[in-house]
Amino acid sequence: MPTSMPLQAYLVLAAVLFAIGLFGVVTRRNTIGILLGIELMLNSVNINLVAFARFAGDTAGLVFTVFTISITVAEVALGLALVILIFRVRRTAVADHLDLLQG
Amino acid sequence: MSLEPIAFGALSVVLVGSALAVVLTKNLFHSVLWLALTLTGTAGIFLTLDAEFLAAIQLLLYAGGVVTIAVFAIVVTERLVGDRITQTSRQLTNGFVIAAAVLVGVLSFVLRAPQSGPRPPIADDLTRAIGESVLTRFVLPFELLGLLFLAALLGAIYFARPDD
Repeated sequence: MPTSMPLQAYLVLAAVLFAIGLFGVVTRRNTIGILLGIELMLNSVNINLVAFARFAGDTAGLVFTVFTISITVAEVALGLALVILIFRVRRTAVADHLDLLQG
Repeated sequence: MSLEPIAFGALSVVLVGSALAVVLTKNLFHSVLWLALTLTGTAGIFLTLDAEFLAAIQLLLYAGGVVTIAVFAIVVTERLVGDRITQTSRQLTNGFVIAAAVLVGVLSFVLRAPQSGPRPPIADDLTRAIGESVLTRFVLPFELLGLLFLAALLGAIYFARPDD
């Protein structure tokens, strides 16, 4: 057994999580469910950033992980506020029913 | 360091399992709770990468903030609709094909790349190093982040305003 995991192990884990999140985004019908899938994808990218920063010995990757985490939180807060707002007006959170802009 | 492969293996199982639960459970509320487990597990992965500060941020902002907001959103929409939201999935085959294609594409690159070297030694105090580079090398992105938060705050207040 190796004494420490190689970089590839972290990248593979992040890729698997990203694919699972993408699956959720494509298959979910509820907008909140879609947002949760996006969360999973953003989260897996953070694993990549931290792993690369650790193996390159540079703090830049860690700093940008702090940035991406903060931006994600702001994005989720606004996204869910939009969902609630749409819900107040249209009484549905299912993405297929939100077809006001369909020609 | 000898504990790291065991911790990594256990965390990977938890992460993949809970991530699958997030996208497959019918109950939206359970989905959010599984997401909380995934985000906490990611904090553990950060710990195996010697990034204690990021693990703390992950727990505070993601596992604390995002999960709380998501629970709020579900409770509010359930109150508005008057019963429990169950969610169905659609296009399972299409979703599986797309996700599998992306996974195979990424993995073929990752596994073909040359093996990484050993980890370089880290600075004595990584948190101090992060703080110093935020306020010197990355001070402009840091200020822009503040601007982004101001915009997000204004947007949230605008969305939450009472009906005229």
